[in-house]
Amino acid sequence: MLELLRQPWHWSIAGILIGLTVPLLYLIGNKPFGISSSFRHICAACLPSNASYFKYDWKKETWNIFFVIGILIGGIVGSTVLANPNPIVIATSAHEQLSQLGVKEFSQIVPTDIFSFTGLLTAKGFILIVVGGFLVGFGTRYAGGCTSGHSITGISNFQLSSLIATICFMLGGFITTWVFLPLIFKL
Amino acid sequence: MKNIIEEEGTNHQSTVENFLSNSKYILIGVFFGIVFVKAEIVSWFRIQEMFRFASFHMYGVIGTAVVVATIATLIIKKFKIKTITGEEVVFSERPFNKGNIIGGLCFGFGWALTGACPGPMYGLIGSGFPVFVAALLSAVAGTYFYGLLQDKLPH
Repeated sequence: MLELLRQPWHWSIAGILIGLTVPLLYLIGNKPFGISSSFRHICAACLPSNASYFKYDWKKETWNIFFVIGILIGGIVGSTVLANPNPIVIATSAHEQLSQLGVKEFSQIVPTDIFSFTGLLTAKGFILIVVGGFLVGFGTRYAGGCTSGHSITGISNFQLSSLIATICFMLGGFITTWVFLPLIFKL
Repeated sequence: MKNIIEEEGTNHQSTVENFLSNSKYILIGVFFGIVFVKAEIVSWFRIQEMFRFASFHMYGVIGTAVVVATIATLIIKKFKIKTITGEEVVFSERPFNKGNIIGGLCFGFGWALTGACPGPMYGLIGSGFPVFVAALLSAVAGTYFYGLLQDKLPH
């Protein structure tokens, strides 16, 4: 059983389990599933501001912080007890394109030549990690949600704005992948 | 069943939850984090495969999640299923605003750069990639920046 759980999980299993999180949170706590809101709660709780965006009862949203701490712990479990003993298998075409781009490390779930503290000090590492992170935090809150809040919860509740936001998430990703990444990797 | 206009992730439970009651969300988070890591949703490579149409994996994950969540939501609405504390489930309405497009594009740029949406950032820190603490702090800074500028941005 443990052997089976250690293999990478099929997309359908992951999709079903993630999808079920939506009714689980509704029924356990009357809460819509969403993760990027945690950034806002961290700001409201930890950073000084007079902005109205951070003036709300963030203590009522403590559950969301507990939830993301749980995800972090889940990351520990998934990468130790349940760790996949084999290197990640990457689609041949993506592997080729990324090697041509200049990615060197393919053995772990992220390219560790870029996503490491030494990588962070390079121009492309800084852009991918820090600029990328900033855009995730800025963009998700400006859009009113992320993949969980809009693409899954919002669309499942038939919100047109969530569908539009999701299309824009994908469009932004395509533009970065095909236009910006080749330029960034030349730095 | 109630529809109200609001932000993502807002708590609608009227019963106040204490520390112990909130700790069940840690468990749901743990379960969720394991799924993220085991299905390799936290992988920069899987996100790149998606944006390069090199694999069906991420489309399968998100597509299946949407279908399952939609069916479950319809069932809750249809049978007016109550929460475990007996409350009516509140569904958030999200009216369209320009932020959905501009913010959505910005998030898309960031998603393809970091290879991580907000959930996977936390999962990656736990998975032994502490450099994602930098990505997370930067994301919090991005949200702070948005909060300060909110009134001046088109919505």
